[in-house]
Amino acid sequence: MLLYILRRAASAISVIFVTLVASYALFLLAPTDPAGTICGPKCTPDRAAEITKALELEEPPLLQIGAYLKGVVAGRDYEIGGTVRECDAPCLGYSFALGRPVTELIGDALPVTLSIVGGAAIIYFGTGVLVGTLAARHRGTTLDRLAVSSSLTINSVPYFIVVLLVALYLSGVVIPRSEYHPLLENPLAWAAGLMAAWLTLGLTNAASYTRYSRAAMIESLGQDYVRTARSKGISERRVVYRHGVRAGLSPVVTIVGLDIAYQLTNTLFTESIFGLPGLGLLTLRAFNTYDLPVLLGSVLVGSTVLVLMNLLVDIIYSFLDPRVRIA
Amino acid sequence: MTAPDTPVTQGGDMDQTTHEPQAAVRSRRPTVPGEQPYLEVTDLQVRFPTADGVVQAVDGLTYSLPLGRTLAIVGESGSGKSVSSMAVMGLHDRKSTFMSGSIKIGGREVVGMSEKDLMGIRGAQAAMIFQDPQSSMHPYFTIGDQIMESYRNHNKVTKKAARDRAIEMLDRVGIPNPQRRVDQYPHEFSGGMRQRAMIAMALVNDPKLLIADEPTTALDVTVQAQILDLIADLQRDFGSAVVFITHDLGVVAEIADDILVMYAGNAVEHGPVRKILGTPLHPYTWGLLESIPAVSGTPGPLHPIPGAPPSLLAMPSGCAFNPRCEFRERVPGDLCRTLRPELIARTADPGRSSRCHLKDPDRVFETDVLPRLP
Repeated sequence: MLLYILRRAASAISVIFVTLVASYALFLLAPTDPAGTICGPKCTPDRAAEITKALELEEPPLLQIGAYLKGVVAGRDYEIGGTVRECDAPCLGYSFALGRPVTELIGDALPVTLSIVGGAAIIYFGTGVLVGTLAARHRGTTLDRLAVSSSLTINSVPYFIVVLLVALYLSGVVIPRSEYHPLLENPLAWAAGLMAAWLTLGLTNAASYTRYSRAAMIESLGQDYVRTARSKGISERRVVYRHGVRAGLSPVVTIVGLDIAYQLTNTLFTESIFGLPGLGLLTLRAFNTYDLPVLLGSVLVGSTVLVLMNLLVDIIYSFLDPRVRIA
Repeated sequence: MTAPDTPVTQGGDMDQTTHEPQAAVRSRRPTVPGEQPYLEVTDLQVRFPTADGVVQAVDGLTYSLPLGRTLAIVGESGSGKSVSSMAVMGLHDRKSTFMSGSIKIGGREVVGMSEKDLMGIRGAQAAMIFQDPQSSMHPYFTIGDQIMESYRNHNKVTKKAARDRAIEMLDRVGIPNPQRRVDQYPHEFSGGMRQRAMIAMALVNDPKLLIADEPTTALDVTVQAQILDLIADLQRDFGSAVVFITHDLGVVAEIADDILVMYAGNAVEHGPVRKILGTPLHPYTWGLLESIPAVSGTPGPLHPIPGAPPSLLAMPSGCAFNPRCEFRERVPGDLCRTLRPELIARTADPGRSSRCHLKDPDRVFETDVLPRLP
């Protein structure tokens, strides 16, 4: 098992490395005048030259990537206009537009996004699995039809419209006004401020999860081993929740892992409409201001999150299903 | 390991003559007239309403089985053999199944019994072995877990005691190294071993009635023989009543005391195994015997029964077998097409009954069918 995890971790690191090199090449090696882009529309030639020098853009590509990698591992210094800006490891670059290291910017934004996605995931996974299982167990009844049709209705409204409607009519009225307070400073304010985002992201996704879980549970409850469990004379509740759910949930867990990874890098609507300063907003701002170092940093963080979640899902899955356990 | 007293390789490909004395030895108890049957099925009807109409899966099935005897239920797919046995276990979904008639297990009526009472019978008095041990065991729980669950469900015992019992049962069904195997998962077992574990799970509560639904169909021929020996062996020790569902007449000769041949949801022939395999009385049974390929002698073409079983949605009028029966014309007055024959006990032959309009089935068998048999 340990060997399996180590092997998977090694392959995860190599994937992240390849992403890093590829995105560096895309943003900073491509013949697109990166220094001018970073510098912005009102750029003076002096400023552009400073940036070129600070980023070592005139060095051969391999040396540039080497310097970037060294920054990630050991930190590096950027000299801009005579002053030296320290960028501690893991240094993901330096935002000339904001005058701060990218790592710091992401370090501020990541907890916000993690809070939003984590809280929402608990809501959608919990609600989705519960309602989906109930619907599967009472297949064909009014309850089942209600669950399926409301899930389809919720999913057929575009997500940004749902967010907008909640922000316009509910946030600040029924749900506390949306704002971000760090968890460790004031847990209550943290929860209250995120409530709107949690409910919106959580309940819209719960609709999909209801349908996944319902389908998975219907399949699982139709299996021969569920019939065997019934033939042992154990209660229907135990049959459904021990034998059925265990097998039915495994595929749903895979989807959750990938969804969380996706949402961590794509909570753009939720964050921008509710005004929560997370990764999505940071990336959006970087897009608008051509802040290439920040974009590069978020791509790296995003791909790392995706790879890590995949690894995590595989490990959880091997605990759930003994057949994929590798000795 | 308690050694089986017959070598395990015995049985698979022996010819019929050597089966018979063995089958006789195996029936520990001869049928005593008037003996209280443990399982009594009377006029059982099982219907499933579907979008296309009502499927009549079992239509008036009646049989009984005393302790210590093995009844083989034989028939094609869709003849109702599995459905009727699932009904005995109360495994049909109550909401989507209509059942009538009577099923008595140890004198207790099962049809219409509350789910709670049924749970007390299932797995305790009556247990079931399923066809494919690969899909019938839960892949996520260890073998021991699954056996212990059944045991603890019906007995108030500690986990430790249940585990010991599971190990004992695995040992009893001939699984080597049970202390280690008990913690393994089904995918770590071979097919035959998995079916042994399945049997251990079914027998953990000493059920008086064991229903085996084609337990050897998914296994290799050599493993089949071992499993059959094991079931016969365990039955001798436990003295339980065994219902053995199969479509393999070779298996029937091997294991059963009695045969019930089913066609289109009903019994067409019922009686002691040697008599039915010796002189079958129903054209459907003849057809089944003719469609067994010859293992020795000159291999000739197979003789399948022409046509297909009738749709359970639209049964033919008269005898359900009449559209496929080559002897239909020998019954005067087109009776086969108009009147459904009853299951009639043979006065000359106690314990036998058949559902056919033919006046002299033994003679027809001898003159028309026997020469064609492989």
